[in-house]
Amino acid sequence: MSYIANTPAQRQEMLATCGAESLDALFDCIPEDLRPKSFELPSGRSELEIQRYFERVAARNYAHLTTFIGGGIYDHFIPAAVDAITGRSEFYTAYTPYQPELSQGTLQAIYEYQTDICRLTDMEVANASLYDGGTALCEASQMALHATRRKRIVLDSGINPVYRTMIYTYTANLAIDFEEVAVTHGQSDRDRLFAALNDDTAAVILQNPNFFGAIDDHSDIVEHCHARGILVIQSVYPVAMSVLKTPGEIGVDIVTGEGQSLGIPLGFGGPYLGFMATTKKLVRKMPGRLVGRTVDRNGKEAFVLTLQAREQHIRRDKATSNICTNEALCALRAHVHLSLLGPEGLKEVARLCLAKTQYAKQRFDQIPGVEVMKSSPTFNEFTVRLPVNAMELVNKLIERNIAPGLPLGRFYPGMDEYLLVAVTEKRTKHEIGVLAEAVEDVLMQEAL
Amino acid sequence: MAVIFEKSVPGRKGVVLPSHDVPCEPEVPEIYARKTKLGLAELSELDVVRHFTGLSRKNFGVDTGFYPLGSCTMKYNPKITEVIAGLNGFANLHPFLPQLRHGGMLVQGALQVMHEFEHALCEVSGMAAFTLHPMAGAHGELTGMMLIAAYHRDKGNDKREVLIPDEAHGTNPSSAAIAGYKTRPVPTNSETGMLDVAALEEMVTDQTAAIMLTNPNTLGIFNSDIKRVTEIAHSHDALVYYDGANLNAVLGKFRPGDAGIDVMHINLHKTFATPHGGGGPGAGPVGVQEHLVPYLPISRVEKRKDNTYALEYNYPKSIGYIAPFYGNFLIFLRAYAYTMLLGAEGLTEVSENAVLNANYVMNRLKDVYDLPYDKVCMHEFVLSARRQAAEDVHAVDIAKALIDRGFHPPTVYFPLIVKEAMMIEPTECESKETLDAFVAAMRDIAEKTTSDPEALKAAPVTTPVSRPDELRAAKDMDFAYA
Repeated sequence: MSYIANTPAQRQEMLATCGAESLDALFDCIPEDLRPKSFELPSGRSELEIQRYFERVAARNYAHLTTFIGGGIYDHFIPAAVDAITGRSEFYTAYTPYQPELSQGTLQAIYEYQTDICRLTDMEVANASLYDGGTALCEASQMALHATRRKRIVLDSGINPVYRTMIYTYTANLAIDFEEVAVTHGQSDRDRLFAALNDDTAAVILQNPNFFGAIDDHSDIVEHCHARGILVIQSVYPVAMSVLKTPGEIGVDIVTGEGQSLGIPLGFGGPYLGFMATTKKLVRKMPGRLVGRTVDRNGKEAFVLTLQAREQHIRRDKATSNICTNEALCALRAHVHLSLLGPEGLKEVARLCLAKTQYAKQRFDQIPGVEVMKSSPTFNEFTVRLPVNAMELVNKLIERNIAPGLPLGRFYPGMDEYLLVAVTEKRTKHEIGVLAEAVEDVLMQEAL
Repeated sequence: MAVIFEKSVPGRKGVVLPSHDVPCEPEVPEIYARKTKLGLAELSELDVVRHFTGLSRKNFGVDTGFYPLGSCTMKYNPKITEVIAGLNGFANLHPFLPQLRHGGMLVQGALQVMHEFEHALCEVSGMAAFTLHPMAGAHGELTGMMLIAAYHRDKGNDKREVLIPDEAHGTNPSSAAIAGYKTRPVPTNSETGMLDVAALEEMVTDQTAAIMLTNPNTLGIFNSDIKRVTEIAHSHDALVYYDGANLNAVLGKFRPGDAGIDVMHINLHKTFATPHGGGGPGAGPVGVQEHLVPYLPISRVEKRKDNTYALEYNYPKSIGYIAPFYGNFLIFLRAYAYTMLLGAEGLTEVSENAVLNANYVMNRLKDVYDLPYDKVCMHEFVLSARRQAAEDVHAVDIAKALIDRGFHPPTVYFPLIVKEAMMIEPTECESKETLDAFVAAMRDIAEKTTSDPEALKAAPVTTPVSRPDELRAAKDMDFAYA
């Protein structure tokens, strides 16, 4: 089944028009010695057989666990209308809106999405999307290096540890100097951060809430950096932005983040949504597509891709980024999601996260031998220190159909006994109670 | 249509959230709390559904009609793959689950998909191994450039330059530059439409880290000298990168790996039929030969002797993480389902019919439009509107006139080496009737160039807007509703 319409008779007719004797003749340009040495794939199968195959494969995954895993990717509620709207094939079978007359739907939706991101972060301009939160942060680093023409970046260790290593990968060939500054009491360590800055520092990269779940007010860091001509990049969690001090309020220069929590399924890692916002001053250094509002030749409101002179298809090797295809459909999902929730809905999600997380912290606090890290306030995620290796506890809880959190040992050497627990609005008081009781139960058995 | 914020009514709600069932009412401490207003739209669910349904009607997709956007392979996206991507066991799987039990025992189904699809891509391309992590074609190119840089660094080679044909996609020079390389364009032979091998031979030096190639190239012409190109490169210890943007032309007919290609990417949203989404998400898996396997990004899926699958991270020479997780999983899942639906014969038919459709349209248009390279094309071809331009009707006018006739225009003004370029890629899925209707529209437009050029200049007249003022957009910088 290759979804081909033309019948053999039609193909013959078409070949005749081309003056070709056979389909094979059309491939005469490929020399004999370049023909495939092998092309052995299983034979095609029917739709029903394929569906059954993938149903069986999907059933091998533990998607049924009650999850308290976060680490930047969260199990939030997604209203049914998000799928219904983004499932309209006028949206999902279109491509990049190069022809504005046939793409006003996509273009207006992106313009509205850009507005959502600006309002969520209090920034002046947001792009049409990047791949995900990690590559968005890498793009922001490149942008800061170009904008300042400096060669050094200081990273707070509270930023997602995988994002941190990605930044090193992306700049491995560029002779960039990095310094990592460890957090203190869960938050950014001002003294060591400021000591790490020098005149060649392009940017400081921060995250709020940070990977350990702690929230922070980075305004003093922004002030200090700006006095030295250093840009501040902040990676943020969009749901938390509805209640936390925004990057725009404190003067951050470039904001990035993972938009998965805005109506995008967990999907085993993607597709997700990288968002980026900045100031109008820096907009010409920004990567990615950008939609602007204008008028058409009859004076009617219209939307178009704009400032394309930044982009690879115009500027080639001088472009601000190589990005072409982005995550437009995920941006549409985020925009639909935010439009359904509205400001009060998003704040309610945030309040539910805060409340349920506090409840979970209280319950963990009562478990003998478990220490909840409390030196800094949290949003919907917190770190606990266990009396045992976190992996051991986790494995016992999986047998009870609970994924209790993310063990931190893999990402932070010496933290084998630490577990990062996330609680979203989807978790119930009952589920949190079952989690706490199961942890206590398993620890008691360990002690015996 | 009004923007969504103009429709907002204070106090209106579109969603009922789960209940507040815990005895806690925490507040964010004052110094950490947001002080500014949050200006999102306030609407009912019906308001939202109507708004977006309205927007969708101002859009044109493959499901709406013929979309011969050259180089983008706008083929039909089978609906069954959407069903598979929505299966609970895939859609609701947390990407950190592999960190909860060693080796990914909680995600065996997902790892099986990845392992099997990597092998299918190896067979399709003749490469030794694949990483599925790159999230788009350009991301694949950048990954490839980083692999090449790691390879040369490891060998102690100090090479600074990447050679790229002048007809290449803009992502090629951009990806090479972002990875830290200088780029130099290699000319296209004006007779053959292929890379000028003699020029290339003079340009390759010990400074050359890599050559990037698209084959068939953006003119839709297969470069039968490709083996010679890889030999020239390898004689200088330069590697050859193959941009798989146009792979839809050669499935079952040619494998880059057999021609000595060192590293390549495949755009799954093109050749493997995953939806283009209005600009993404895509997926751009990267394939390599044995000598580049040690540098592949982490993690990688390995199959154990007991037939279980494991995620492995211990590759000392790896370039590291290029994505936080495993790439756009739900996208390559769709692509794998498509591969299994078609099988080897089906994929071969794809290319045969994509090439037939392109040649058919080309032969039916070449008398009324200039065809700069008049030879058998692959999956796409490039016409020039220079004959029409002499009458002051340009490629853009032809594009807009096609819109009024119910078609999405081809890619215009690319590749840059053809004046007034119109790059047409019909894809294999389109029927002869559709192609005939498109040909009739193109011929009608060619005729109107002399008989009624004003009508073409006035196009489009059937769309919600007509020829937006792009200069004003750049000047006004209105990027968000105020």
